[in-house]
Amino acid sequence: MHETTAQEPVFTGERRERLVTILQRYPTKRAALLPALWMVQEAHGWISDGAMAEVAQVLDLTPAYVKGVVTFYTMYHQHPVGKYFIQVCTTTPCNICGAEKVAEAFLQATGCAELGATSPDGRFTVIEVECLGACGFATPVLINDDFIDGVTPEGVRELLARYP
Amino acid sequence: MVDQELVTCTIDGVEVSVPKGTTILEAAKQAGVLVPHYCYHPGLPVAGVCRMCLVEVEGVPKLQIGCATNVVDGQAILVNESRQAKEARKGVLEFLLINHPLDCPICDQAGECELQNYVFQEGRSRTRYTPTFAKRFNPVEDFGGDILYVPNRCILCTRCVRFMEHAVEEPILNVSERGDRAFIGVHPDHGLDHPWSGNVVDLCPVGSLLSKDFLHKARAWELDHTPSVCTGCSQGCNVNLDTRAQAVVRVRPRPNLDVNRYFICDHGRMTYRDMNRGDRLEAPLLRDAGELTAVDWDHALARAAQIVKGSTGKAVILATPFASNEALYLARRVLERFQVTAAFRADRVDGEHPLAGVPGLAVRGERAPNVAGATLLGYRDAFGDALGAIEGAALVLILGDSLDGVNRAQLEQAGNVIYLGTTLPEAARAARVVVPATNVAEEDGTFVNRDRRVQRYLQAKPGPGMARPAWWILGELAVELGLGDPLGSADEAFDELVEATHAFRGLSYRQLGVRGAVLPEGAGAGVTA
Amino acid sequence: MGYPHAPHDKETVVLSRYFGDAEARTYDGWTKRGGYQALEQALGTDPQVVTDAVKASGLRGRGGAGFPAGVKWDFMPKQKSKPHYLCCNADESEPGTFKDREIMRWTPHALIEGCAITAHAIRAETVYVYIRGEFTEPIRIMQAALDEAYKRGVLGKNAMGTGVPIDVYIHRGAGAYICGEETALMNSIEGRRGNPRIRPPFPAAVGVFGMPTTINNVETLTSVLHIITHGAEWYKGLSLSNPKSTGTKLMSVCGHVARPGNYEITMGFPMQDLIYEMCGGMRQGRALKAVIPGGSSVPLLNREEAEGCVLDYEGVVAAGSMLGSGGMIVFDDSADLVYQMMRIAKFYAHESCAQCTQCREGTAWTVRILQKILAGQGEMQDIDLLLDLGEQMTGKTICVLSDSCAAPVGSAIKKFPLEFEAYIKGARRPVAALA
Repeated sequence: MHETTAQEPVFTGERRERLVTILQRYPTKRAALLPALWMVQEAHGWISDGAMAEVAQVLDLTPAYVKGVVTFYTMYHQHPVGKYFIQVCTTTPCNICGAEKVAEAFLQATGCAELGATSPDGRFTVIEVECLGACGFATPVLINDDFIDGVTPEGVRELLARYP
Repeated sequence: MVDQELVTCTIDGVEVSVPKGTTILEAAKQAGVLVPHYCYHPGLPVAGVCRMCLVEVEGVPKLQIGCATNVVDGQAILVNESRQAKEARKGVLEFLLINHPLDCPICDQAGECELQNYVFQEGRSRTRYTPTFAKRFNPVEDFGGDILYVPNRCILCTRCVRFMEHAVEEPILNVSERGDRAFIGVHPDHGLDHPWSGNVVDLCPVGSLLSKDFLHKARAWELDHTPSVCTGCSQGCNVNLDTRAQAVVRVRPRPNLDVNRYFICDHGRMTYRDMNRGDRLEAPLLRDAGELTAVDWDHALARAAQIVKGSTGKAVILATPFASNEALYLARRVLERFQVTAAFRADRVDGEHPLAGVPGLAVRGERAPNVAGATLLGYRDAFGDALGAIEGAALVLILGDSLDGVNRAQLEQAGNVIYLGTTLPEAARAARVVVPATNVAEEDGTFVNRDRRVQRYLQAKPGPGMARPAWWILGELAVELGLGDPLGSADEAFDELVEATHAFRGLSYRQLGVRGAVLPEGAGAGVTA
Repeated sequence: MGYPHAPHDKETVVLSRYFGDAEARTYDGWTKRGGYQALEQALGTDPQVVTDAVKASGLRGRGGAGFPAGVKWDFMPKQKSKPHYLCCNADESEPGTFKDREIMRWTPHALIEGCAITAHAIRAETVYVYIRGEFTEPIRIMQAALDEAYKRGVLGKNAMGTGVPIDVYIHRGAGAYICGEETALMNSIEGRRGNPRIRPPFPAAVGVFGMPTTINNVETLTSVLHIITHGAEWYKGLSLSNPKSTGTKLMSVCGHVARPGNYEITMGFPMQDLIYEMCGGMRQGRALKAVIPGGSSVPLLNREEAEGCVLDYEGVVAAGSMLGSGGMIVFDDSADLVYQMMRIAKFYAHESCAQCTQCREGTAWTVRILQKILAGQGEMQDIDLLLDLGEQMTGKTICVLSDSCAAPVGSAIKKFPLEFEAYIKGARRPVAALA
């Protein structure tokens, strides 16, 4: 039904153990939902409807409940994204320092047709993100888990060379 | 209750005293002031999100939400008298409409829509939303079960989500996404097919959640609403029958905190279909020379009386637990001379479907409304035995459509059969007298639910042709038999029942009102007359 | 950039003393610098005494609201009948604010120590440090420090060997500004959508998991350990103006200044000196136009107001805005305030949780009107409409997100009306917004 039936279950082996450890931190199972969703994203790169159902089952929740939570938090990907997910802050403090030019430079350098789209080679997805909390170091960019600040349009190509 | 601490406040100048802990919104109801609201519903936990119930509390700088703010003693609260509060509500209404498609002409909710009502009552006459701005658009979605979701009309009040989460305790609905992109969502693996999910349609204050069954069937203003009792099971949920052009088109819950609070199950909602059957008996029939021939009531009643008078000894009553207490009582009354075997049969299914968050409320396995009443009135749940007793019986009275699985030959052996029913099943053709009775939507009467609550149901539409309520038919038969005076109404039939039946002692229609009354404990079964 | 600058002479380095000092990140480095002595001292003291000290110090919440920290702690039940929780708000998401990030990056043990002291003061055995999901580096550093702290016996069932149980866990957010609102943060920890809750009940009565809870900002909690070390009187003495504003404040300065960054000032410090001396003033050839002084949620100050503004809670209010989280966005005369207000409104429209009508619809509507003005299609009545929507969006919702959208936009319209009119009257070329 969804493209997820083929995905391997997430909560087996080592990840299952990690989840058990995480559960001990909270008085309710539900509280482990955000950490569990992070683990799904770490395993699959995004969170499919099938994975949401798995999380629901593991934490005694309903799939719809889990989906409501997933869709609230913008860092959870509801669709597959490029190998490198690039988030460029373009909120006011960075914006006045030229952040939109940085975003444009990323689009050009990656070949992504538009913000939110994945490049034809599947390597990159570029999005505008609201405030990354590094306003004094415009323009901050998050490439997967790498936080890079002080990015300029001129530095984009060199930076991307580090992400084959 | 006596010791409950009261606080007194004024609401738009009207003084009310309410128990401590009462919200402004509920206190205002008592003062006769409706605080406009969307997300608040007395049967659900408070969300406080629509911000429509903002009211001014004297001395408090910020407006307060009536649904979540408790009344404090001595407070002056302004609802309609506050310019500030009215401006705020006007603002909310304008915001709610900017993404709304304004498609009232094709919306099922039109006429009973709280968005329409409040905008008309106190909204701006014109929006300031630039016409070229895009409106949020999401396609209509089939949520499964009987439910359609029209997201463009949704005001995100979350009543439906809270109902599924806190009353059903199965969160099948969610709020998805955030900001003005938000909508009510489901997971593709799990549709809204829970036995109680139809309530979300009633709870939706706008035309966003719709019943597929009712879709485009009627406009709200064409409907009449008649208080009734659901016949879907022995729970006895209070309902309204919504009728249009002499047909019941919808069954909706009628609040009764002691029985069903604000809810009914989906099974109960579908009971209306039987109320509109096309294959109804419309005239009394007498069997002459092997043929059933239509006659008028005088002839039919005279023949029935003649049969009863001419018989003696054993009689059998095969009744349906869909029959009213009044009919069940009178059936026994007209046969009081006989040695009667009275029985009923109720459909039973395994398992109940409780509404988890509301104790004592479930779709019961016993799928008939008056099992308790029949039992109290001396009918035994032993249909098979009664069928067996037909053979030696001088008279068989069939009350209601209770002949499923009974064949005509069986009844023909009995000879003296009188049949009261809404339809004419094959087996009933064995009767010597067939008389057309009304169904639950076409008569007044009472049922007793499984918790011994006696509840009235009222006539919502006329019966077909010459069909009459069973209590009237049996009352007239009693007159023919010289057993009493004619009954003018179901009310009088009930009074007679009460007088004759210990279990019902002291009750009257007036006392029952529209919420019913519980029979005193320990009242035994059986007719004492 | 991304590195702290060397402290300026006029700074008062308390919290930022070890910024840039990588060794301070480790347990050994931290103890070498006197770390965990305050915790040891606090654990040997009655919780009420710790609370009283913080009350006496005048420390106010550094997350934005400025509520006295000790008073907040005092709301917690004194007789513990169920678990108490401390939540550390490290969801730093307020545009213009980037101080908590630096505290966590450079002095993670200071935050852990502050958390542990506070946990003791409010009788909590569990602390959740809620760090926004985008802070990948601070999360890594904090986790490493926590692992070390457990290993060295600072935390756990027997914290510092005193028998007091204190557990500290990181809870990673996942991209939602509103989770910095304390009740939304609690919902997020509980595994729910980050929706703010209606109050009452307040967190000290019914907080995370329904238990008594205190939520404090990273900077607030880190300040606590210095109050314990040096005493309430010392902290109270750190005030150049109003006795109601005490201690030091990390000011995050960003935008059009020559040297953006975090600057730790004593309460009451003049904004003018911060901008022109510490931050090196405007970029070459540019002049100051406006400052949003407390993160993007507060009214903007024009040049005159900014230059006369005293940086403490009361001083910024007197100037017409709020100190908020201390994130200063500085605009020079090249800034297009109409465009930037649209960006700010867009931020809030993006982050609205969708609960309250005014916020859900109002923030998005505000964006559309501003985009219409920017596109050269605005009418003069749009300005009145923006102000009226702002009125409807202020003081009427569960939390202040919609107020936060209305405040900067409304103040920009009032203080820089000509910029808006220029677009409307065609004096300025239309601008299309990216995305």
